[in-house]
Amino acid sequence: MTNLRPGLIGARVQRLEDPRLLAGRGCYVDDLRRTGALHVAFCRSDESHARILRIDTSEAARAPGVAAVVTAADLEGACRPLRATSRMPSYQATELPVLAGDKVRYAGEPVAAVLAESRYLAEDAAERVAIDYEPLPAATDPEAALAPDAPRLHEDLASNVIVDREFARGDAEAALAGAAVRVSGCFRMGRKTPAAIENRGYLAEYDEGRRRLTLHSCTQVPGIVRDALAELLDLPGHRLRVVAPDVGGGFGAKVSLYREEVLVSILARRLGRPVKWTSDRREDLMSTTQAFDEVVRAELGVDEDGAILGLRAEIVGDVGAYSVYPWTAAVEPVQVASFLSGPYRVPDYRGRVRAAATPKPPTGAYRGVGRPPAVFAMERLLDMAARRLGMDPRDIRRRNLVRDGEFPYRAPSGLVWDRAAFTGCLERACETIGYDELREMQAAARAEGRRIGIGLASYAELTGVGSRIAVAPGMPINTGTESAAIRIDSTGAVTATFGVSSQGQGIETTLAQVVAEELGARLEDVEIVHGDSAALSHGTGTYASRSAIQAGGAAIVCARSLREKVIEAASHLLESAPADIEVTGGAVSVAGTDRRMSFRELARAVYTEMGRLPREVRERVDLEATGVYDPFWGTTSPATHAALVEVDPETFEVEVLRYVVAEDCGRVINPLIADGQVHGGVAQGIGAALFEEMVHDPSGQLLTASFVDYVVPSAAEIPSMEVEHLETSAENNVGGFRGIGEGGTIGAPAAVANAIADALGVEIEELPATPERLFRLIGPGRRAAGARMETGPGGRGRGNRFTANQTNSGGRSESGSGPTRQSK
Amino acid sequence: MSEQRTIRLTVNGASFEREVEPRRLLADFLREDLGLTGTHIGCEHGVCGACTIILDGDSARSCLTLAVQADGAQVQTVEGLGTVDALHPLQRAFREHHALQCGFCTPGMLMAALDLLRKHPSPTEREIREGLSGNLCRCTGYEHIVRAVRTAAAAGETVGAETETASAAPPREAGAGAQSRGSARE
Repeated sequence: MTNLRPGLIGARVQRLEDPRLLAGRGCYVDDLRRTGALHVAFCRSDESHARILRIDTSEAARAPGVAAVVTAADLEGACRPLRATSRMPSYQATELPVLAGDKVRYAGEPVAAVLAESRYLAEDAAERVAIDYEPLPAATDPEAALAPDAPRLHEDLASNVIVDREFARGDAEAALAGAAVRVSGCFRMGRKTPAAIENRGYLAEYDEGRRRLTLHSCTQVPGIVRDALAELLDLPGHRLRVVAPDVGGGFGAKVSLYREEVLVSILARRLGRPVKWTSDRREDLMSTTQAFDEVVRAELGVDEDGAILGLRAEIVGDVGAYSVYPWTAAVEPVQVASFLSGPYRVPDYRGRVRAAATPKPPTGAYRGVGRPPAVFAMERLLDMAARRLGMDPRDIRRRNLVRDGEFPYRAPSGLVWDRAAFTGCLERACETIGYDELREMQAAARAEGRRIGIGLASYAELTGVGSRIAVAPGMPINTGTESAAIRIDSTGAVTATFGVSSQGQGIETTLAQVVAEELGARLEDVEIVHGDSAALSHGTGTYASRSAIQAGGAAIVCARSLREKVIEAASHLLESAPADIEVTGGAVSVAGTDRRMSFRELARAVYTEMGRLPREVRERVDLEATGVYDPFWGTTSPATHAALVEVDPETFEVEVLRYVVAEDCGRVINPLIADGQVHGGVAQGIGAALFEEMVHDPSGQLLTASFVDYVVPSAAEIPSMEVEHLETSAENNVGGFRGIGEGGTIGAPAAVANAIADALGVEIEELPATPERLFRLIGPGRRAAGARMETGPGGRGRGNRFTANQTNSGGRSESGSGPTRQSK
Repeated sequence: MSEQRTIRLTVNGASFEREVEPRRLLADFLREDLGLTGTHIGCEHGVCGACTIILDGDSARSCLTLAVQADGAQVQTVEGLGTVDALHPLQRAFREHHALQCGFCTPGMLMAALDLLRKHPSPTEREIREGLSGNLCRCTGYEHIVRAVRTAAAAGETVGAETETASAAPPREAGAGAQSRGSARE
């Protein structure tokens, strides 16, 4: 970089999208109003696995305000079948019907759709749809579903095993046989849901005159949805536009194509009226993709010094009823197997993974995709081995982390880690939390009867995955590249268009920072356009921690070629050699002179003022550029999380007292935003570790269909966090960036679980670690001992000496009369 | 069902008279009948707090309040704080500290924070966390929200003039109790 100005990349810039969102002037799908719109209410299955015997819509069709009641029979031939395909040999694709036809395969599956003049009337009428079911036997337990004689969920498949795959290197069995210490466990995180606060919503409108369909969708992937719908509905891209306006959180929940999106599109075209559906929370909890539901039986062998010799695992994914489009149901369980060995040197490995179709909502991507369960299992195994060896958890990680001279390191599944701060993150996290001091304090606290634990978790993820490998194994769509188009229009304004989209990641700011710096524009003059499939020829969207790397890379490539054009035009207009032209602050100038033109003057000279440029320059220099960026392999993002927890010996409530993340995201574009990404990810990971669980009963009924039962943590449950960024330059991508979006959720469940295990002296294999689970785990003998423990002088108040960042401004903190959970 | 009631209420200082069905939610009334789409709906069962507004001086869930219950009331929504060009001090603090990401919970979070700071002008960190515990944010991990509210409290200018009319009104029963999320800490 020859740029001597303080760069915009790396600056703590306040977000450009904030004012409209803060002032209530954002525009989410449900905020869109259309005259004559029809509102959809779904009748969803209340059986998990059943044959549909009869659907009677006659009474509903006569209800006030109803325009149509639609079932699968009404949709025959309306679109091509939707199947997520894969090149994986063992993979069995499932067909995802728009509405359930002969059978339902999970409670919550849409069976009929009522369209009415208002949502109130649609819901009234939906209650009058009568559906008769014949319940069928169901294997809701994933391991039971694997059995050859288990009730088959899809008659057209050979079994319920959607994928069966193995990763192996060396001889894991022999390595384990020769190990000084072998530890094993059966690890389960429980089923989770991303729970974006904005429920899913779609509005389709059809312009009959122009035969043009527009779908407004809360999707993370407008490009993927556009391409899929074009195929399903047989429409060319210029008659089909998918727009993701402001989107209220995604976290992976909104990266799959949903049947409700297909349905509103079909019906808007058929009825010639706008068709809108907004999910309510109950529907969201029953029908949005879920995640992290794997059974991981794993065994680790180490030598007497704690060095890893071998690892083996049997992984069963409880993937739900259907393969989501386009990622397939294999996306998560396969990543559990491929990432299980983590950031460590694991010479011998065998990991077999099977995905079992079960009568539950489909699973899909959720922040971390497979890595949270993999890291939970591996980090627990390391601590178990350390405990057996009498070794400190930090030391066993020091011994096994891939070291600086060993990159690129090929993990046993074939993933390649590029040079990043694996050991640096561990050391920084431990320094920041004051690991040695905490161990001393912990010993003192234990003597007082307090149950304090320290947990570490290290991991590495692959971010910004390029075209060389698919984001989802075997998936035949291009997730490797992203495109950008940047133009300076005839007013001198800069507009940069991207195929990625935002669900809160702040790309309107970070991409503007990149474009402004690379082009030489002022930040305030750059407008970022995203989330509109019509804006570019190809793009997919935002997922898999790729936006900084792919879209940031495209921004750089594209801005640099536009800058060349700006320089060429300026060299003619300012009558100077191109090498002497400088482009900074939204203006061009000749070095060492006062000859200068603003972008506005330049644009006027190029576009408007005839005769300023020679004809051949005018035809060549159009002040716009497009660019595609492909990081080809992808970039490693490692981190270490450190958690300090205290477990109440009487209630088994877990309180996270301190939380530190040291992560390497390469070159930070905006530290404010980078911190925010980590905080949010950690909070979701703490939720996964302590509170969140989608519970289905043995018949497949969801027992946690509200936010009262599916507990998303609030500010009161989440600790203050400290984040350290190590910036190891990533030489494998043009911006030097590493992805940061998912890491928080990958490390936190393991770190919290290790801290609880450390506090209680038990092995945690199941999350969330609710008080009830801990109560059962610790056993009656230990419980009795715990009940006798004194909590020590001063009890375990918030102001204890383990808690950092106590910035209480005084006044009311000890009075106990502060505000409590609101109950207005 | 088609029976309509006339309600009169003040929203962000402006008076409205409208016919509504008795079952119409206040959130739907604000969003659809008045076009004030800044108030968001996240759960419709009183847990997430995205729909939080100020009703006669107290924060309330507009998804658990019927429009007819707001007859005669003073309502303040996020649109009654600052504007895009002139943000309210609390909104400025949110921006300064990056206390929002997707922005969906933000209007409710702002209204809850406003209510908290009016009643507890100098809250401790714990009081801020407890005071905002009726509002779920899935993006930020709350760290920056807590910092923003602390900054706004320290600046002491959060309770602006636009709130005085609402505070002067007598408290009323909104009939809209948030459900207790007991399982979080049981």
